[in-house]
Amino acid sequence: MPDTNSPQAPAHIRMGSSIGQPATRREGVQKATGAARFAADNHPPGMVHAVMAVSSISRGRVVSLDVAAAKAHPGVIEVITSENAPKLAQDPDAKDNPFMFRLDVLQNDRVRYANQPIAVVVADTLEAATEGAALLRPKYETEATRMGLDSADSFVPPAVGAGGPAGESPGDVEAGMAAASVRMEATYDTPAQYHNAMEPHAIVAAWDGDTLSIDTPSQGMAMAQGRIAGLFGIPPGNIHIRSPFLGGGFGSKGLVKGPQMLGIMAARLVGRPVKLVLRREQMYGPVGHRAATRQTLRMGTDGNGALTALSHHAKTATSTFDDFIEPAANASHALYASPAIATSHEAVRIDTGTPLFMRAPGEAPGSAALESAIDEMALACGMDPLAFRLKNYAETEPMSGKPFSSKALRQCYQQGAERFGWAGRPQAARQMRDDAGTLVGWGMGTAVFPALMFQGHARAVLRRDGTGLVETGAHDMGQGAWTAFAQIAADALGLDAERTEFHSGTSDLPDAGIAGGSAHTATVGAAIDGAGADVIAKLAELAMADQRSPLFGAGNAGVIARGGRLHRRDDEGRSESYADILARAGVAEIEGSGTGAADPAAQSAYAMHAHGAVFAEVKVDPDFGQVRVTRLVGAFAAGTIVNPRLVRSQYYGGMIWGVSFALHEHAVMDRRTGRPMNPNLADYHVPVNADVPSIEAILVEERDVHVNALGIKGVGEIGITGTAGAIANAVWHATGVRVRRFPITLDRLLDA
Amino acid sequence: MSLSITLTINGAARHIPLDDPRITLLDLLRERLDLTGTKKGCDRGQCGACTVLVDGRRVNSCLCLALSHDGADILTIEGVAQGDRLHPVQASFISHDALQCGFCTPGQIMSAIGLIAEGHAGRDPERVREGMSGNLCRCGAYVGITEAVLEAQQTMATSDRRDAA
Amino acid sequence: MNRFEYARPATLAEAVAAGAVAGSAYLAAGTNLLDLMKGGVMRPGHLVDISRLPGLDRIEHPGDGGVRIGALVRNADLAHDPDFARNFPAVAEALLSGASAQLRNAATAGGNLLQRTRCAYFHDTASACNKRDPGAGCDAVGGENRLHAILGWSEHCIATHPSDFCVPLVALDAVVEVEGPAGRREIPLEGFHLLPGGTPERETVLEPGELITAVRLPAEAAGFAANARYLKVRERTSYAFAVVSAAAALRLEGGVIAEARIALGGVALKPWRARAAEATLAGARADPAAFRRAAEAALADAKPSGDNGFKIELARRIVVRALTLAAAGTPERMPALPASPFAGAMTHA
Repeated sequence: MPDTNSPQAPAHIRMGSSIGQPATRREGVQKATGAARFAADNHPPGMVHAVMAVSSISRGRVVSLDVAAAKAHPGVIEVITSENAPKLAQDPDAKDNPFMFRLDVLQNDRVRYANQPIAVVVADTLEAATEGAALLRPKYETEATRMGLDSADSFVPPAVGAGGPAGESPGDVEAGMAAASVRMEATYDTPAQYHNAMEPHAIVAAWDGDTLSIDTPSQGMAMAQGRIAGLFGIPPGNIHIRSPFLGGGFGSKGLVKGPQMLGIMAARLVGRPVKLVLRREQMYGPVGHRAATRQTLRMGTDGNGALTALSHHAKTATSTFDDFIEPAANASHALYASPAIATSHEAVRIDTGTPLFMRAPGEAPGSAALESAIDEMALACGMDPLAFRLKNYAETEPMSGKPFSSKALRQCYQQGAERFGWAGRPQAARQMRDDAGTLVGWGMGTAVFPALMFQGHARAVLRRDGTGLVETGAHDMGQGAWTAFAQIAADALGLDAERTEFHSGTSDLPDAGIAGGSAHTATVGAAIDGAGADVIAKLAELAMADQRSPLFGAGNAGVIARGGRLHRRDDEGRSESYADILARAGVAEIEGSGTGAADPAAQSAYAMHAHGAVFAEVKVDPDFGQVRVTRLVGAFAAGTIVNPRLVRSQYYGGMIWGVSFALHEHAVMDRRTGRPMNPNLADYHVPVNADVPSIEAILVEERDVHVNALGIKGVGEIGITGTAGAIANAVWHATGVRVRRFPITLDRLLDA
Repeated sequence: MSLSITLTINGAARHIPLDDPRITLLDLLRERLDLTGTKKGCDRGQCGACTVLVDGRRVNSCLCLALSHDGADILTIEGVAQGDRLHPVQASFISHDALQCGFCTPGQIMSAIGLIAEGHAGRDPERVREGMSGNLCRCGAYVGITEAVLEAQQTMATSDRRDAA
Repeated sequence: MNRFEYARPATLAEAVAAGAVAGSAYLAAGTNLLDLMKGGVMRPGHLVDISRLPGLDRIEHPGDGGVRIGALVRNADLAHDPDFARNFPAVAEALLSGASAQLRNAATAGGNLLQRTRCAYFHDTASACNKRDPGAGCDAVGGENRLHAILGWSEHCIATHPSDFCVPLVALDAVVEVEGPAGRREIPLEGFHLLPGGTPERETVLEPGELITAVRLPAEAAGFAANARYLKVRERTSYAFAVVSAAAALRLEGGVIAEARIALGGVALKPWRARAAEATLAGARADPAAFRRAAEAALADAKPSGDNGFKIELARRIVVRALTLAAAGTPERMPALPASPFAGAMTHA
């Protein structure tokens, strides 16, 4: 790894060799021995258990609950319903910003989606609280449910995703279509999906007067503090959150949700610490999901296979009371060159919990549809799918016309195709079988995900004993943040990893923003790098001003921080250890701070994305339509790779989510009641080990000097994009059947 | 009747009074014995996060009624390492990055130890995948898990041969 | 989960007496019962723990080729019993196709027979279900029923029986041994489970207090060992219930089928013995045309109960394939493999 000097602070260079190393996870031993304490593993003295009761209707109101029966159950302490729930300091339906979602926390008897909390039972034991909740036997006044994308009039949302415009249309798509010599139009359906992190949402809450201590998995502790503070009328600083480990987040733990608020409320009401853990089926309502989409793609090409127009329209659903619009059509913004591109969204309001960010929001369903459509267009043009993608390779970002900060997609295509053996692929469908007669198909897809940055802070300390400390309230939900940040911290301080202490995961540390949008490593990494630069600058000041230091007067030449010593930049033989500098100065430690955020100038000048290419082999039983993805090869370019071992795992995980998207997961919604009928892990299928026999991820080298000081792009979500489409395309190649409804289930392939 | 049982947990015999007949082995470990390494992912035998060994066999502890297991020998993730010395399966999980968020990991490791003891998978990665399919991993660490199980099995076989010699 | 009285009787007689009390349920491994109790689907007032009753955990090979499987024999132990797997390879294959290794290590033979449907409307206590609440109606009708029954269903219930194990068992004329307040009796498995008709709440012919003590396969069943297969199609490579499955067993005499056995899983509220299909094969040559005729006969009475018409043709094809595989001979690597269409990728352990 070359130097990690940030262009903003050229005076001093820091050098280290931690970034780029395939270190194993810092918390690996804790996780492998059961010592890692997740939220629900806490049990403060005097703790009692709270269990939610949730609605079995999707629209109406709760008329009665048998509170007496619940209270009569031995061990039950309290039953909280809308009748006796404490009134909150703020209306939970108030909304100041798009990231403030409306919550159902027993402030009224209204039911607006299935599995909405309608009561909380607190008891001495989990068994008693669980049975108490079951004894409530709610009665409802039920109104007709609205379910599905055709159940209501649609509207054009004012914004999609995290606030982007609902439609953009550079160029004249209709003219482009009219001029085309080959055209395609197709509509693709994707289902509602639920995050289903292995760890159910959980909270252990304890009040001490007006201060609140909580253990809860959070992808954004500072935002959670703010939201809790508002609802309970206490200062954010009175709330201490511990979230050292998240048992998976995938977006569902980005914002603190109603159930956690109910745990806090219960703790206040009974005056004891309370643990509230969602039952698996309760995760299918109040904690977000990915909404269903119906996407229509239209494309035209000229006689050479070059796109003349690309139109991507997405219809999706949000709740009746809040907005999150899955920005699926935006997947067409950054990938394929076309003189005319139009993307647009519409939405319907249905009786569902509000959708939420879910791993690759917009990009995942958008890519599945776009990459399927691109394949269909390639076929219509009689071109190999890879050749067609190369023909329409975007040298500048199609939607904005901006140059890319970096784009090694050609290398991804080339290395992925070579590793997979794509060159031998017959163009027509249904040409390949294995020895057992099973149909074999090959497909590909392009992966893309924006290189985002939010805002985060870090502090760095150098101590007289020659060690360093970096602290930031960052979040590790399995992506490897602890490990990557500790590596960045070591290099930021010019120290060996063993001499760099790193703390993270609690809300009393500097606000690290939110772990989402594949932006955490870039954002917090930049903050850590900045904090390191700051503290090294202070250390250098001390040394250079001290006549007894060999660095005295280094002045404008600056220093190089490396291995716990500062070296004169113009004479590296002259150096001094951090410990000696601090000791002579009589200082126990010095501290610096740093902030990571996007550079507006770079953002306006460049389009920033990670890219990749995914190649899939499927086998399809010719009689039964049962599909297995027998081989996946992904090649991804995402700037600086902080830790190749963990980055590879992120790609694998994303690609497995792509398998899941293509073949497995979907919520089965009863159209009559608006209820998910498969709210469990036996019937809501996610892939098992046997579903993914062979996955490879190639880390394509890419250096990006614009995206941020360390050149880091995100890797957490890109693996889904490309993969779902690649599998759908492989299924077509195996069978000759183009399934335009995800997941691709065996019944749709029976007529192959 | 008296609601108390005796269990050997991670090698130590324990007399355990039960305050409720409904307690599952999982909730006993987690909520009463502070053995929280064993995780609850679904509580319905659908995810494998709660896998422990009961009398040497891997089972879903969420579907074991504690009362029914009076006298049983229980091995949980907390009892797998010998002091600071990791079990070969634990060590392989770390080196193959067979974990991400870590929530399913204790169940995966216990399942892997059970699978190796059963001895039906041999060195065939496809049989390992099949045999580990009762443990869901939403992060998608399956590639590393399969590698780790195969490597640990090899390590254990080698050390068994050494011990025998 | 409701509170309950817990008893662990020491003898079969005590167990049967305790089990005859209204509101009792027998607890063996609990893999199905505890799941149902957690969901509030079953709320027994008394649990009679039979898991340690003496003598019920043995696999007995009397020497005539048959086998007697104690009701408490664990699924995994049965599948891996070498003599059992050699004589009844399709049954071992079915066992290994069910659930996960953890569940197979716990679940018992008797419990497998008594496991209850996976119908979402049965499991969801807020839905109408004639099984849970006779006369309440069936919300699966007109609901999400893509995986529901295509044979033997009624307007009162369209659920399916989820067992893999029972499918080859019923094909091979298994007999259920039962002990009850009125003494001991034997019930052919084919008549053990009941179709829903107008009383879907009645799932088996067991009377209150009756307890399964063993499942027997007759000596003739081992006569199919050379040509017996189980095949399961599902929507995940492992750890998923069958969309449709089939067991096929043949006795071949010089390329001619002397006797055929066929049963289907995932199609009805009981493991479905396809006797009409078997009849078409008796004396026929083991060829694709005969298998196709058998499949047609097996599904002759099938009709969709909802959005599940595809299962009829799928079931036909599975019957054809299962027969084809059986005719090709039980492979050497049997059993120790699940019955997936992709199992060919695995090597012998």
